[in-house]
Amino acid sequence: MTTILRTENLTIRFGGHTAVDHVNFEMPEKHFKSIIGPNGAGKTTFFNLISGELKPSEGKVYFKNEDMSRFSSVDRTRKGLGRSFQITNVFPNLTVLENVRLAVQSKEKIRYQMFRHITSYPSLIKKAEELLEVVLLLNKKQAIASQLSHGEKRKLEIAMLLALDTEVLLLDEPTAGMSLEEVPTILEVIRRIKQQDNKTILLIEHKMDMILDLSDSIMVLFNGTLLADGTPEEIMQNETVQNAYLGGSYNEHHAQS
Amino acid sequence: MTSKYQWNNIFLTLIAIVLFIFPFVADSRTWTILLTQIFIFSILAMSYDILLGYTGIVSFGHAMFFGMGAYTTAVMLDRMEPTIGVFVLSIATGMLLAGAVSFIVGLMTLRLKSHFFAMLTLAVSGLFLVLAEKWRTLTSGNDGFTFRAPEFFKDRMVFYLVTLVCLVVVYLLLRRFVQSPMGHVLVAVRENEQRTKSLGFKTLHYKVIASVVAGVVASLAGSLYAVSLRFVNTSVLTMDITLDALLMTIIGGVGTLIGPIIGAGVIELSQHYLSGLAKEYPIFERWIIFFGIVYILAVIFFPSGIVGTVRQALHKRKKPAVLEKSSSGTEGL
Repeated sequence: MTTILRTENLTIRFGGHTAVDHVNFEMPEKHFKSIIGPNGAGKTTFFNLISGELKPSEGKVYFKNEDMSRFSSVDRTRKGLGRSFQITNVFPNLTVLENVRLAVQSKEKIRYQMFRHITSYPSLIKKAEELLEVVLLLNKKQAIASQLSHGEKRKLEIAMLLALDTEVLLLDEPTAGMSLEEVPTILEVIRRIKQQDNKTILLIEHKMDMILDLSDSIMVLFNGTLLADGTPEEIMQNETVQNAYLGGSYNEHHAQS
Repeated sequence: MTSKYQWNNIFLTLIAIVLFIFPFVADSRTWTILLTQIFIFSILAMSYDILLGYTGIVSFGHAMFFGMGAYTTAVMLDRMEPTIGVFVLSIATGMLLAGAVSFIVGLMTLRLKSHFFAMLTLAVSGLFLVLAEKWRTLTSGNDGFTFRAPEFFKDRMVFYLVTLVCLVVVYLLLRRFVQSPMGHVLVAVRENEQRTKSLGFKTLHYKVIASVVAGVVASLAGSLYAVSLRFVNTSVLTMDITLDALLMTIIGGVGTLIGPIIGAGVIELSQHYLSGLAKEYPIFERWIIFFGIVYILAVIFFPSGIVGTVRQALHKRKKPAVLEKSSSGTEGL
């Protein structure tokens, strides 16, 4: 299978602290990979480097064998690297439908038209409604985004990401801060995307049962370095991983939740 | 929603018709002049609303575009001949000039964070003020100069109608602009710029376009203003003009377009009446003090302005406790 995304010695330093340290990884097309690691391991920073929000101190990101260094985050999204955010990041005073419609607008390249009314683009609304259906949020389409529950906002976030129709989806803890009741629906949504859309997905998560359920492979980050990368079985049996993450933090995490 | 929208349109059309008929029935020179002034400042305030209300850009230098329009029209009518042709040409030239300057200034400054941008706009407009003061051969400095307006505008009523037509046309064009796909992206930039970027929109482009549109419209207001006074001096470039636009937009309701028109009406009318009271009560010579107080109270108690507050009140009455159907952020565009 062809590699769609890879990094080469990807490194970023903040002062004396190396948040991501010479990470080399490869991602085959239509693959589902999860990233695990304790808090502060550099997972989100790694995402930020891939999506272009941060510039690496060293190393490169390749998307479809093209060096992404000179491309801004906007260009990378347009090329096919879409991401969701760990902290809910929607347009708070717009309706759910408007939030998704904006994303569809970007995808459909309806960006600079200034003399036609937005309603003369019915395809935008239709597409946005279809996506809201996928994330089980169609019944809330007229609600103001800030009035949604946390779980619903996460779903909205995913709908906006899907609207961009990027080949690669970077999902940053889609279940962060969710109540236990809300988790299964988001799991269902991600599973649906995986099965139907055939996308390449890179997921940051803490919920191990969810990761084991969905992932084709798992990579483990620890203090910014790549500790291990392999199938879920390999990772579960890896002793270093057990000690670094699954042993301590994972149990603690489970005990808390 | 459609019916509400249609009602809105019918209401606005009625007001426009009444205003068109007004000078034919009421033979009041004072009112004709006052309303003309309101129309001109409404155009300026609407242009400011594109920046502040729709894109979330705070500019302290908006007066420079107003002044550019005013000076271009005044100088061209003075140096060339006071005809309608020159007047139209001067408006177009002013707009072109304002568009070019706002494009260049925008491109240089809109990358900055909002407060740095605000300070820089203040500085740039200060530069234009100094330029107007020092370039005496063209502007006659602080003293300014009078000029002859086209014969056609000698009748105040004609000029009233011209400004009203300009106001209606600008309102309709700007409304179409904010309701377009692009207008929705501007609102997105206001709401969450970083998120707009992550959706693949180059937000700097949008901010520059908003700034050019606002600059061009402000220049039109400036051109009309100069002709209404038949005089121009450096006061058209001062901070007072920007503050007026800011006040009108905030009191009327930001991000509503119609709000700034109402704001312009409220402020111009109060200014007129309060200064009138000064004969009996000298304190009203300082009517601006009252505005200071009104402004503070408005920001504290009615942050969404007159139009915003009325809309919220109507909304609450219609749908108490039904959150799902809350009005959308761009519905009232």
